[in-house]
Amino acid sequence: MANYSTNEFKGGLKVMLDGDPCSIVENEFVKPGKGQAFNRVKLRNLMTGRVWERTFKSGESLEGADVMDLDMEYLYNDGEMWYFMKTDGSFEQYPVEKKALGDTEKWLKEQVVYTVTLWNDNAISVTPPNFIELEVVETDPGLKGDTAQGGSKPATLSSGAVVRVPLFINQGEVLKVDTRSGEYVSRA
Amino acid sequence: MSVPDWQPTASIETLRERARLLAEVRAFFAERGVLEVETPVLGHGGSTDPHLASLSAEATTPAGRERLWLQTSPEFAMKRLLAAGAGPIFQLARCFRDGEVGRRHNLEFTMLEWYRPGVTLDALIEETAALVRRVLGREPGDEAGPLRRRRYRELFREALAVDPFTAPLADLRRLAEEKGGLAMADALRDDCLDLLMSLVIEPQLGREGIDVVVDYPASQAALARRHRDPEDGAWVASRFELYLEGLELANGYDELTDAAEQAARFAEDNAARRAAGLPEVDVDARLLAALAHGMPEGSGVALGIDRLIQLALGQSSVAEVMAFATPRC
Repeated sequence: MANYSTNEFKGGLKVMLDGDPCSIVENEFVKPGKGQAFNRVKLRNLMTGRVWERTFKSGESLEGADVMDLDMEYLYNDGEMWYFMKTDGSFEQYPVEKKALGDTEKWLKEQVVYTVTLWNDNAISVTPPNFIELEVVETDPGLKGDTAQGGSKPATLSSGAVVRVPLFINQGEVLKVDTRSGEYVSRA
Repeated sequence: MSVPDWQPTASIETLRERARLLAEVRAFFAERGVLEVETPVLGHGGSTDPHLASLSAEATTPAGRERLWLQTSPEFAMKRLLAAGAGPIFQLARCFRDGEVGRRHNLEFTMLEWYRPGVTLDALIEETAALVRRVLGREPGDEAGPLRRRRYRELFREALAVDPFTAPLADLRRLAEEKGGLAMADALRDDCLDLLMSLVIEPQLGREGIDVVVDYPASQAALARRHRDPEDGAWVASRFELYLEGLELANGYDELTDAAEQAARFAEDNAARRAAGLPEVDVDARLLAALAHGMPEGSGVALGIDRLIQLALGQSSVAEVMAFATPRC
Protein backbone atom coordinates (compact mmCIF):
# COMPACT_ATOMS: atom_id res chain seq x y z
CA MET A 1 0.00 0.00 0.00
CA ALA A 2 1.01 3.60 -0.59
CA ASN A 3 2.10 5.87 2.23
CA TYR A 4 0.13 9.00 2.98
CA SER A 5 1.69 12.16 4.36
CA THR A 6 -0.12 14.33 6.94
CA ASN A 7 -1.08 16.87 4.30
CA GLU A 8 -2.95 14.13 2.41
CA PHE A 9 -4.93 13.10 5.51
CA LYS A 10 -8.58 13.80 4.93
CA GLY A 11 -11.85 12.47 6.24
CA GLY A 12 -12.40 8.85 5.20
CA LEU A 13 -8.77 8.04 4.28
CA LYS A 14 -7.83 4.56 5.58
CA VAL A 15 -4.42 4.21 7.22
CA MET A 16 -2.58 1.81 9.52
CA LEU A 17 -1.82 2.91 13.09
CA ASP A 18 -0.42 0.67 15.82
CA GLY A 19 -1.21 -2.36 13.67
CA ASP A 20 -4.90 -1.57 13.24
CA PRO A 21 -6.68 -0.13 10.21
CA CYS A 22 -8.12 3.31 10.96
CA SER A 23 -10.28 5.82 9.16
CA ILE A 24 -9.33 9.51 9.41
CA VAL A 25 -12.12 11.52 11.01
CA GLU A 26 -10.53 14.95 11.30
CA ASN A 27 -7.15 16.54 10.61
CA GLU A 28 -6.16 19.91 12.03
CA PHE A 29 -2.95 21.69 11.06
CA VAL A 30 -1.38 23.48 14.05
CA LYS A 31 1.76 25.60 14.07
CA PRO A 32 3.23 28.04 16.54
CA GLY A 33 4.20 31.51 15.27
CA LYS A 34 7.65 30.27 14.40
CA GLY A 35 8.55 26.65 14.61
CA GLN A 36 7.63 23.04 13.98
CA ALA A 37 4.20 22.35 12.49
CA PHE A 38 2.03 19.51 13.74
CA ASN A 39 -1.17 17.81 12.68
CA ARG A 40 -3.74 16.99 15.32
CA VAL A 41 -5.57 13.97 13.92
CA LYS A 42 -8.68 12.08 14.99
CA LEU A 43 -8.86 8.52 13.69
CA ARG A 44 -11.50 5.83 14.12
CA ASN A 45 -10.01 2.44 14.81
CA LEU A 46 -11.98 0.22 12.42
CA MET A 47 -11.42 -2.89 14.55
CA THR A 48 -12.79 -1.43 17.79
CA GLY A 49 -14.80 1.57 16.61
CA ARG A 50 -12.97 3.74 19.12
CA VAL A 51 -11.77 7.22 18.17
CA TRP A 52 -8.11 8.02 18.81
CA GLU A 53 -6.58 11.47 18.95
CA ARG A 54 -2.95 11.60 17.86
CA THR A 55 -0.46 14.28 16.99
CA PHE A 56 1.97 13.97 14.08
CA LYS A 57 4.82 16.16 12.94
CA SER A 58 3.69 17.70 9.67
CA GLY A 59 5.12 15.74 6.78
CA GLU A 60 5.19 12.42 8.66
CA SER A 61 3.41 9.61 6.90
CA LEU A 62 1.36 6.52 7.64
CA GLU A 63 0.95 3.39 5.57
CA GLY A 64 -2.35 3.14 3.77
CA ALA A 65 -4.71 0.38 4.89
CA ASP A 66 -6.18 -2.00 2.34
CA VAL A 67 -9.73 -1.36 3.43
CA MET A 68 -12.78 -1.60 1.17
CA ASP A 69 -16.48 -1.10 1.77
CA LEU A 70 -18.51 -3.53 -0.33
CA ASP A 71 -22.24 -4.13 -0.76
CA MET A 72 -23.12 -7.68 0.28
CA GLU A 73 -26.34 -9.59 0.76
CA TYR A 74 -26.87 -11.48 4.02
CA LEU A 75 -27.30 -15.23 3.43
CA TYR A 76 -27.34 -17.31 6.62
CA ASN A 77 -25.74 -18.17 9.95
CA ASP A 78 -24.26 -21.62 10.54
CA GLY A 79 -24.11 -21.27 14.32
CA GLU A 80 -20.55 -19.97 14.24
CA MET A 81 -20.18 -17.58 11.33
CA TRP A 82 -22.50 -15.29 9.40
CA TYR A 83 -22.24 -15.47 5.61
CA PHE A 84 -22.56 -12.57 3.19
CA MET A 85 -22.38 -12.59 -0.62
CA LYS A 86 -21.11 -9.95 -3.02
CA THR A 87 -23.79 -8.30 -5.16
CA ASP A 88 -21.53 -7.87 -8.20
CA GLY A 89 -22.65 -11.13 -9.78
CA SER A 90 -19.55 -13.05 -8.64
CA PHE A 91 -21.51 -14.95 -5.93
CA GLU A 92 -18.34 -14.71 -3.83
CA GLN A 93 -19.11 -15.35 -0.16
CA TYR A 94 -17.46 -13.96 2.96
CA PRO A 95 -17.75 -15.42 6.48
CA VAL A 96 -18.10 -12.81 9.25
CA GLU A 97 -17.23 -13.41 12.92
CA LYS A 98 -19.51 -12.37 15.75
CA LYS A 99 -16.95 -9.78 16.88
CA ALA A 100 -16.93 -8.10 13.46
CA LEU A 101 -20.71 -8.24 13.20
CA GLY A 102 -21.16 -6.39 16.51
CA ASP A 103 -24.49 -4.63 17.01
CA THR A 104 -25.52 -5.32 13.43
CA GLU A 105 -26.50 -8.83 14.52
CA LYS A 106 -29.87 -7.54 15.70
CA TRP A 107 -30.64 -5.99 12.27
CA LEU A 108 -29.95 -9.05 10.13
CA LYS A 109 -32.47 -10.16 7.54
CA GLU A 110 -31.86 -12.51 4.65
CA GLN A 111 -31.54 -10.95 1.18
CA VAL A 112 -31.02 -7.46 2.57
CA VAL A 113 -27.86 -5.69 1.34
CA TYR A 114 -25.36 -4.54 4.00
CA THR A 115 -22.05 -2.68 3.76
CA VAL A 116 -19.26 -5.08 4.66
CA THR A 117 -15.87 -3.54 5.45
CA LEU A 118 -12.96 -5.72 4.36
CA TRP A 119 -9.37 -5.33 5.57
CA ASN A 120 -6.85 -7.43 3.66
CA ASP A 121 -9.90 -9.28 2.32
CA ASN A 122 -11.25 -10.19 5.79
CA ALA A 123 -14.53 -8.78 7.04
CA ILE A 124 -13.97 -6.47 10.03
CA SER A 125 -17.34 -4.76 10.31
CA VAL A 126 -20.85 -4.79 8.89
CA THR A 127 -23.08 -1.71 8.60
CA PRO A 128 -26.84 -2.16 8.10
CA PRO A 129 -28.82 0.01 5.65
CA ASN A 130 -30.14 3.20 7.33
CA PHE A 131 -33.69 1.93 7.07
CA ILE A 132 -34.87 -1.66 7.18
CA GLU A 133 -38.28 -3.33 7.08
CA LEU A 134 -38.87 -6.01 9.71
CA GLU A 135 -41.86 -7.98 11.00
CA VAL A 136 -43.14 -7.69 14.56
CA VAL A 137 -42.92 -11.13 16.17
CA GLU A 138 -43.99 -10.15 19.65
CA THR A 139 -45.77 -7.20 21.23
CA ASP A 140 -48.79 -6.46 23.43
CA PRO A 141 -52.08 -6.45 21.50
CA GLY A 142 -52.80 -3.20 19.63
CA LEU A 143 -55.29 -0.63 20.86
CA LYS A 144 -57.89 0.02 18.18
CA GLY A 145 -58.48 3.62 17.20
CA ASP A 146 -55.38 4.93 18.91
CA THR A 147 -53.59 6.03 15.76
CA ALA A 148 -52.82 9.63 16.49
CA GLN A 149 -50.95 10.23 19.65
CA GLY A 150 -49.48 9.21 22.90
CA GLY A 151 -47.88 6.16 24.38
CA SER A 152 -45.55 3.51 23.12
CA LYS A 153 -44.68 -0.10 23.92
CA PRO A 154 -41.80 -2.45 23.18
CA ALA A 155 -41.99 -4.73 20.15
CA THR A 156 -39.62 -7.56 19.28
CA LEU A 157 -38.77 -7.73 15.57
CA SER A 158 -37.94 -10.79 13.48
CA SER A 159 -34.22 -9.92 13.59
CA GLY A 160 -34.19 -9.85 17.40
CA ALA A 161 -34.12 -6.08 17.85
CA VAL A 162 -36.52 -4.55 20.36
CA VAL A 163 -37.89 -1.11 19.43
CA ARG A 164 -40.48 1.26 20.92
CA VAL A 165 -43.60 1.34 18.72
CA PRO A 166 -46.96 3.16 18.93
CA LEU A 167 -49.74 1.38 20.81
CA PHE A 168 -51.74 0.60 17.64
CA ILE A 169 -49.06 -1.72 16.18
CA ASN A 170 -49.92 -5.46 16.12
CA GLN A 171 -47.96 -8.66 15.97
CA GLY A 172 -47.37 -9.71 12.33
CA GLU A 173 -47.15 -6.18 10.98
CA VAL A 174 -44.08 -5.10 8.98
CA LEU A 175 -42.42 -1.90 10.20
CA LYS A 176 -39.86 0.51 8.79
CA VAL A 177 -37.11 1.15 11.37
CA ASP A 178 -34.12 3.51 11.44
CA THR A 179 -31.10 1.31 12.27
CA ARG A 180 -28.93 4.30 13.31
CA SER A 181 -31.22 5.42 16.12
CA GLY A 182 -33.06 2.12 16.61
CA GLU A 183 -36.36 4.00 16.28
CA TYR A 184 -39.67 3.10 14.66
CA VAL A 185 -40.38 5.20 11.55
CA SER A 186 -43.70 3.94 10.11
CA ARG A 187 -45.65 0.93 8.98
CA ALA A 188 -44.00 -0.46 5.87
CA MET B 1 -22.57 20.10 1.89
CA SER B 2 -23.02 20.17 -1.84
CA VAL B 3 -22.03 23.79 -2.55
CA PRO B 4 -20.60 23.78 -6.11
CA ASP B 5 -16.85 24.27 -5.96
CA TRP B 6 -16.79 27.30 -8.26
CA GLN B 7 -18.50 29.26 -5.47
CA PRO B 8 -16.50 31.56 -3.18
CA THR B 9 -15.58 30.31 0.30
CA ALA B 10 -16.59 33.71 1.78
CA SER B 11 -20.02 35.25 1.34
CA ILE B 12 -20.22 38.44 -0.72
CA GLU B 13 -21.36 40.25 2.44
CA THR B 14 -18.17 39.06 4.22
CA LEU B 15 -16.04 40.27 1.30
CA ARG B 16 -17.66 43.72 1.61
CA GLU B 17 -16.81 43.72 5.33
CA ARG B 18 -13.28 42.58 4.56
CA ALA B 19 -12.79 45.50 2.14
CA ARG B 20 -14.09 47.90 4.80
CA LEU B 21 -11.65 46.51 7.42
CA LEU B 22 -8.70 46.74 5.00
CA ALA B 23 -9.63 50.41 4.38
CA GLU B 24 -9.61 50.82 8.18
CA VAL B 25 -6.07 49.37 8.33
CA ARG B 26 -4.89 51.83 5.66
CA ALA B 27 -6.52 54.73 7.51
CA PHE B 28 -4.80 53.65 10.76
CA PHE B 29 -1.37 53.89 9.15
CA ALA B 30 -2.15 57.04 7.15
CA GLU B 31 -3.07 58.80 10.42
CA ARG B 32 0.27 57.73 11.88
CA GLY B 33 2.36 58.75 8.91
CA VAL B 34 3.38 55.21 7.95
CA LEU B 35 3.95 54.85 4.20
CA GLU B 36 2.26 52.05 2.27
CA VAL B 37 4.71 50.16 0.03
CA GLU B 38 4.53 47.26 -2.40
CA THR B 39 7.44 44.89 -2.88
CA PRO B 40 7.77 41.88 -5.21
CA VAL B 41 6.21 38.54 -4.40
CA LEU B 42 9.08 36.84 -6.28
CA GLY B 43 12.69 37.15 -5.15
CA HIS B 44 16.13 35.72 -5.83
CA GLY B 45 16.54 34.81 -2.14
CA GLY B 46 14.06 32.78 -0.12
CA SER B 47 13.32 32.21 3.55
CA THR B 48 15.91 29.91 5.11
CA ASP B 49 13.72 29.23 8.20
CA PRO B 50 13.75 25.41 8.51
CA HIS B 51 10.09 25.46 9.54
CA LEU B 52 8.91 27.34 6.47
CA ALA B 53 8.65 25.63 3.09
CA SER B 54 8.98 28.08 0.21
CA LEU B 55 7.38 27.69 -3.18
CA SER B 56 9.43 28.67 -6.20
CA ALA B 57 8.80 29.46 -9.84
CA GLU B 58 10.88 29.23 -12.99
CA ALA B 59 10.99 32.47 -14.86
CA THR B 60 12.67 33.95 -17.92
CA THR B 61 14.28 37.26 -17.01
CA PRO B 62 17.01 39.40 -18.60
CA ALA B 63 19.43 37.14 -16.67
CA GLY B 64 18.07 34.09 -18.48
CA ARG B 65 16.07 31.19 -17.09
CA GLU B 66 16.21 31.35 -13.30
CA ARG B 67 14.49 30.12 -10.20
CA LEU B 68 12.67 32.75 -8.16
CA TRP B 69 11.23 32.20 -4.67
CA LEU B 70 7.72 33.16 -3.66
CA GLN B 71 8.00 35.14 -0.45
CA THR B 72 6.92 33.64 2.88
CA SER B 73 6.78 37.23 4.17
CA PRO B 74 7.81 40.61 2.68
CA GLU B 75 10.44 41.04 5.39
CA PHE B 76 13.63 41.04 3.30
CA ALA B 77 12.42 43.48 0.66
CA MET B 78 10.97 45.84 3.27
CA LYS B 79 14.25 45.82 5.21
CA ARG B 80 16.07 46.83 2.04
CA LEU B 81 13.69 49.79 1.80
CA LEU B 82 14.50 50.67 5.44
CA ALA B 83 18.20 50.58 4.66
CA ALA B 84 17.51 52.88 1.68
CA GLY B 85 15.93 55.43 4.03
CA ALA B 86 12.22 54.79 3.55
CA GLY B 87 11.30 55.60 7.16
CA PRO B 88 8.23 53.90 8.72
CA ILE B 89 6.53 51.61 6.17
CA PHE B 90 3.70 49.08 6.02
CA GLN B 91 2.49 46.57 3.48
CA LEU B 92 -0.49 44.30 2.90
CA ALA B 93 1.45 41.54 1.18
CA ARG B 94 0.43 38.25 -0.40
CA CYS B 95 2.61 35.47 1.09
CA PHE B 96 3.02 31.78 0.32
CA ARG B 97 3.91 28.86 2.59
CA ASP B 98 3.94 25.38 1.15
CA GLY B 99 1.90 22.75 2.95
CA GLU B 100 0.16 25.16 5.31
CA VAL B 101 -3.53 24.58 4.81
CA GLY B 102 -6.09 24.25 7.58
CA ARG B 103 -8.66 26.13 9.61
CA ARG B 104 -6.09 28.81 10.52
CA HIS B 105 -3.85 28.54 7.48
CA ASN B 106 -4.06 28.94 3.73
CA LEU B 107 -1.33 28.25 1.17
CA GLU B 108 -1.40 31.91 0.15
CA PHE B 109 -2.54 34.54 2.60
CA THR B 110 -2.29 38.24 3.32
CA MET B 111 0.28 39.52 5.77
CA LEU B 112 0.10 42.96 7.27
CA GLU B 113 3.70 43.82 7.98
CA TRP B 114 5.10 47.10 9.26
CA TYR B 115 8.42 48.56 10.39
CA ARG B 116 9.12 51.39 12.78
CA PRO B 117 12.70 52.71 12.71
CA GLY B 118 13.74 54.10 16.08
CA VAL B 119 10.78 52.58 17.93
CA THR B 120 11.22 50.13 20.82
CA LEU B 121 9.66 46.67 20.84
CA ASP B 122 7.54 47.74 23.80
CA ALA B 123 6.08 50.71 21.92
CA LEU B 124 5.41 48.47 18.91
CA ILE B 125 3.47 46.06 21.16
CA GLU B 126 1.19 48.95 22.13
CA GLU B 127 0.74 50.00 18.51
CA THR B 128 -0.03 46.41 17.41
CA ALA B 129 -2.68 46.13 20.12
CA ALA B 130 -4.14 49.48 18.97
CA LEU B 131 -4.36 48.19 15.38
CA VAL B 132 -6.04 44.99 16.59
CA ARG B 133 -8.63 46.95 18.57
CA ARG B 134 -9.26 49.28 15.62
CA VAL B 135 -9.98 46.37 13.27
CA LEU B 136 -12.09 44.52 15.85
CA GLY B 137 -14.05 47.73 16.36
CA ARG B 138 -13.78 47.41 20.13
CA GLU B 139 -12.32 50.02 22.45
CA PRO B 140 -9.93 49.31 25.32
CA GLY B 141 -11.82 48.41 28.47
CA ASP B 142 -14.21 45.89 26.99
CA GLU B 143 -13.47 42.24 26.29
CA ALA B 144 -10.57 42.93 23.91
CA GLY B 145 -9.33 45.58 26.28
CA PRO B 146 -6.71 44.59 28.80
CA LEU B 147 -3.31 43.95 27.35
CA ARG B 148 -1.24 41.45 29.32
CA ARG B 149 2.42 40.76 28.75
CA ARG B 150 3.14 37.10 29.45
CA ARG B 151 6.69 35.82 29.74
CA TYR B 152 7.32 32.58 27.84
CA ARG B 153 9.10 31.06 30.81
CA GLU B 154 6.28 31.91 33.23
CA LEU B 155 3.64 30.48 30.87
CA PHE B 156 5.37 27.10 30.85
CA ARG B 157 5.87 27.16 34.60
CA GLU B 158 2.20 27.95 35.22
CA ALA B 159 0.61 25.64 32.65
CA LEU B 160 3.03 22.71 32.76
CA ALA B 161 5.09 23.15 35.91
CA VAL B 162 8.25 22.98 33.85
CA ASP B 163 11.04 25.48 33.18
CA PRO B 164 11.43 25.62 29.38
CA PHE B 165 14.95 27.07 29.67
CA THR B 166 16.50 24.68 32.17
CA ALA B 167 14.44 21.46 32.22
CA PRO B 168 16.39 18.40 31.02
CA LEU B 169 15.57 17.51 27.42
CA ALA B 170 14.32 14.08 28.57
CA ASP B 171 11.66 15.76 30.73
CA LEU B 172 10.47 17.93 27.84
CA ARG B 173 10.31 14.92 25.53
CA ARG B 174 8.28 12.95 28.07
CA LEU B 175 5.89 15.86 28.56
CA ALA B 176 5.49 16.37 24.80
CA GLU B 177 4.79 12.66 24.34
CA GLU B 178 2.21 12.71 27.10
CA LYS B 179 0.39 15.81 25.79
CA GLY B 180 0.64 15.02 22.09
CA GLY B 181 0.38 11.24 22.00
CA LEU B 182 3.33 10.86 19.63
CA ALA B 183 6.87 9.57 19.81
CA MET B 184 9.27 12.41 20.63
CA ALA B 185 12.22 10.24 21.66
CA ASP B 186 14.62 11.95 19.23
CA ALA B 187 12.88 15.34 19.09
CA LEU B 188 14.88 18.55 19.39
CA ARG B 189 14.40 20.80 22.39
CA ASP B 190 12.62 23.51 20.40
CA ASP B 191 10.34 20.94 18.74
CA CYS B 192 9.17 19.78 22.18
CA LEU B 193 8.59 23.38 23.26
CA ASP B 194 6.73 24.17 20.01
CA LEU B 195 4.45 21.18 20.51
CA LEU B 196 3.64 22.12 24.11
CA MET B 197 3.13 25.75 23.11
CA SER B 198 0.74 24.80 20.27
CA LEU B 199 -1.26 22.15 22.10
CA VAL B 200 -1.34 23.30 25.70
CA ILE B 201 -0.54 26.99 26.04
CA GLU B 202 -1.82 28.68 22.87
CA PRO B 203 -5.45 27.59 23.27
CA GLN B 204 -5.55 29.35 26.67
CA LEU B 205 -4.12 32.65 25.44
CA GLY B 206 -6.13 35.76 24.62
CA ARG B 207 -9.27 34.54 26.33
CA GLU B 208 -9.73 37.57 28.58
CA GLY B 209 -8.18 40.21 26.36
CA ILE B 210 -5.05 40.58 24.33
CA ASP B 211 -2.14 38.41 25.52
CA VAL B 212 1.34 39.27 24.33
CA VAL B 213 3.98 36.59 24.86
CA VAL B 214 7.49 37.98 25.32
CA ASP B 215 11.00 36.74 26.12
CA TYR B 216 11.11 33.68 23.90
CA PRO B 217 14.00 31.23 24.19
CA ALA B 218 17.14 32.62 22.56
CA SER B 219 17.14 29.60 20.20
CA GLN B 220 13.82 30.85 18.77
CA ALA B 221 15.05 34.34 17.90
CA ALA B 222 14.63 33.98 14.11
CA LEU B 223 15.45 37.50 12.86
CA ALA B 224 15.19 39.21 16.24
CA ARG B 225 17.98 40.43 18.53
CA ARG B 226 18.75 38.59 21.74
CA HIS B 227 19.12 40.14 25.17
CA ARG B 228 19.69 39.07 28.76
CA ASP B 229 16.55 38.97 30.88
CA PRO B 230 17.11 41.66 33.54
CA GLU B 231 15.33 39.52 36.17
CA ASP B 232 16.96 36.12 35.83
CA GLY B 233 19.87 36.80 33.49
CA ALA B 234 18.80 34.17 30.94
CA TRP B 235 19.38 34.92 27.26
CA VAL B 236 16.03 35.53 25.54
CA ALA B 237 14.88 36.57 22.07
CA SER B 238 13.68 40.16 21.76
CA ARG B 239 10.43 39.30 20.10
CA PHE B 240 6.75 39.01 20.88
CA GLU B 241 3.67 37.19 19.68
CA LEU B 242 0.19 38.56 20.10
CA TYR B 243 -2.74 36.24 20.85
CA LEU B 244 -6.46 36.73 20.87
CA GLU B 245 -9.07 33.99 21.41
CA GLY B 246 -6.43 31.28 21.24
CA LEU B 247 -5.25 32.51 17.86
CA GLU B 248 -1.72 33.75 17.16
CA LEU B 249 -2.17 37.02 15.28
CA ALA B 250 1.19 38.76 15.18
CA ASN B 251 4.90 38.18 15.54
CA GLY B 252 7.17 41.17 16.23
CA TYR B 253 10.93 41.65 16.50
CA ASP B 254 13.46 44.06 17.78
CA GLU B 255 15.10 43.77 14.38
CA LEU B 256 18.51 42.33 13.86
CA THR B 257 20.59 44.93 11.99
CA ASP B 258 24.03 43.30 12.12
CA ALA B 259 24.94 41.86 8.69
CA ALA B 260 27.46 39.36 10.03
CA GLU B 261 25.04 38.05 12.65
CA GLN B 262 22.32 37.82 9.99
CA ALA B 263 24.64 35.87 7.66
CA ALA B 264 25.49 33.51 10.54
CA ARG B 265 21.80 32.86 11.25
CA PHE B 266 21.13 32.11 7.56
CA ALA B 267 24.02 29.62 7.67
CA GLU B 268 22.65 28.06 10.88
CA ASP B 269 19.23 27.70 9.23
CA ASN B 270 20.69 25.99 6.19
CA ALA B 271 22.73 23.70 8.44
CA ALA B 272 19.52 22.77 10.30
CA ARG B 273 17.88 22.17 6.92
CA ARG B 274 20.68 19.82 5.85
CA ALA B 275 20.45 17.97 9.17
CA ALA B 276 16.69 17.53 8.72
CA GLY B 277 17.06 16.41 5.11
CA LEU B 278 15.37 19.55 3.79
CA PRO B 279 16.48 21.42 0.67
CA GLU B 280 18.74 24.41 1.28
CA VAL B 281 17.46 27.83 0.27
CA ASP B 282 19.38 30.54 -1.56
CA VAL B 283 20.35 33.21 0.94
CA ASP B 284 19.14 36.74 0.19
CA ALA B 285 22.49 38.35 -0.63
CA ARG B 286 20.84 41.72 -1.30
CA LEU B 287 19.43 41.81 2.23
CA LEU B 288 22.90 41.11 3.62
CA ALA B 289 24.33 43.92 1.45
CA ALA B 290 21.61 46.29 2.67
CA LEU B 291 22.38 45.43 6.31
CA ALA B 292 26.09 45.92 5.65
CA HIS B 293 25.26 49.36 4.24
CA GLY B 294 23.28 50.08 7.41
CA MET B 295 19.67 49.60 8.43
CA PRO B 296 18.26 51.87 11.14
CA GLU B 297 17.58 50.14 14.44
CA GLY B 298 13.94 49.63 15.23
CA SER B 299 11.07 47.18 15.47
CA GLY B 300 8.87 45.39 13.00
CA VAL B 301 5.84 43.13 13.15
CA ALA B 302 3.95 40.75 10.85
CA LEU B 303 0.26 40.24 11.46
CA GLY B 304 -1.98 37.62 9.82
CA ILE B 305 -4.72 39.96 8.69
CA ASP B 306 -6.97 37.10 7.51
CA ARG B 307 -7.10 35.76 11.08
CA LEU B 308 -7.82 39.19 12.53
CA ILE B 309 -10.64 39.70 10.02
CA GLN B 310 -11.92 36.22 10.90
CA LEU B 311 -12.14 37.23 14.58
CA ALA B 312 -13.62 40.65 13.78
CA LEU B 313 -16.38 39.05 11.72
CA GLY B 314 -16.99 36.13 14.09
CA GLN B 315 -16.05 33.45 11.54
CA SER B 316 -14.51 30.11 12.43
CA SER B 317 -11.86 29.71 9.72
CA VAL B 318 -9.70 31.88 7.46
CA ALA B 319 -11.37 30.26 4.43
CA GLU B 320 -14.60 32.02 5.37
CA VAL B 321 -13.01 35.46 4.95
CA MET B 322 -11.17 34.70 1.67
CA ALA B 323 -12.79 34.77 -1.77
CA PHE B 324 -11.37 31.39 -2.77
CA ALA B 325 -9.45 29.38 -0.15
CA THR B 326 -6.80 26.92 -1.41
CA PRO B 327 -9.13 23.91 -1.91
CA ARG B 328 -11.15 26.06 -4.35
CA CYS B 329 -8.37 28.09 -5.97
